[in-house]
Amino acid sequence: MTAPLPGTGEEEVFAPPANPLEPLRGQARAFGAVAVGGAIGAIGRWAVGLAIPTPPGSFPWATFGINVLGCFLIGVVVVAVTELTDPHPLARPFLATGILGGFTTFSTYSVDAQHLVAAHRIGSAFGYLGLTLVAAVIAAWAGLEVTRLVYRRRIAARRTAR
Amino acid sequence: MNPGLTALLVVAGAVVGAPARYLTDRLVQSRHATGFPWGTFAVNAVGSFILGLTLGSTASPAVIALVGTGFCGALTTYSTFAYETVQLTAGGGRLFAVLNAVGSVLAGLGAAGLGLALGSLT
Repeated sequence: MTAPLPGTGEEEVFAPPANPLEPLRGQARAFGAVAVGGAIGAIGRWAVGLAIPTPPGSFPWATFGINVLGCFLIGVVVVAVTELTDPHPLARPFLATGILGGFTTFSTYSVDAQHLVAAHRIGSAFGYLGLTLVAAVIAAWAGLEVTRLVYRRRIAARRTAR
Repeated sequence: MNPGLTALLVVAGAVVGAPARYLTDRLVQSRHATGFPWGTFAVNAVGSFILGLTLGSTASPAVIALVGTGFCGALTTYSTFAYETVQLTAGGGRLFAVLNAVGSVLAGLGAAGLGLALGSLT
């Protein structure tokens, strides 16, 4: 095998093709945690939908509440697993990617907005899209900052202990 | 439909949808060096399209529970989308945060509309 000549650009030509599945190596347990968490979150979302039904063409308050609550909780979870504790490696895939990812939904959000458009409720459709977006981003930010504020002493103590 | 059976179908869809989101995100994020969350963007647009297709066609309640509530609901995510938008802002990328937020919403809306329209043709 010939070594690539330096500075000729041949390094890239001779570089072995990257294994496309390399980022997945050793991820079997994480996939399992995401699957179980996702099922728990999806059942929670389905149960809320049963308890608070959305008649066709009406404002989807149940999905709005699910998404805003899930966004607040992801902020709490991220601070808990990165700044507050030394968690099990599967804690974040299970709680954030799995449960909260399965609980919140973007597809129902998009389709419900289209249903409002189809019902000639254009103002409600874009009001729903905008209100959810703003409330969700504020909720995720608040989840991060409220958790940091409540546990500020413990977080500071952990920083100095390092 | 029996609520127990519906719950089982939701679980069956979600145990595929949630890992599919995780897989997509890992593969997409490993392929480009920018901090833009293309993985979440992609699953949200694709999931909105598939849900539109499902609800636009005359799907049975069982298919809606499995593919719609279970698979599409777990494939897509609002929590990670909002968290990544906040992270883009915190990283000084206000413009990217706005682009991600508005772009994701418009892509999801367009994909859902396309799915509903194609589904109603069947």
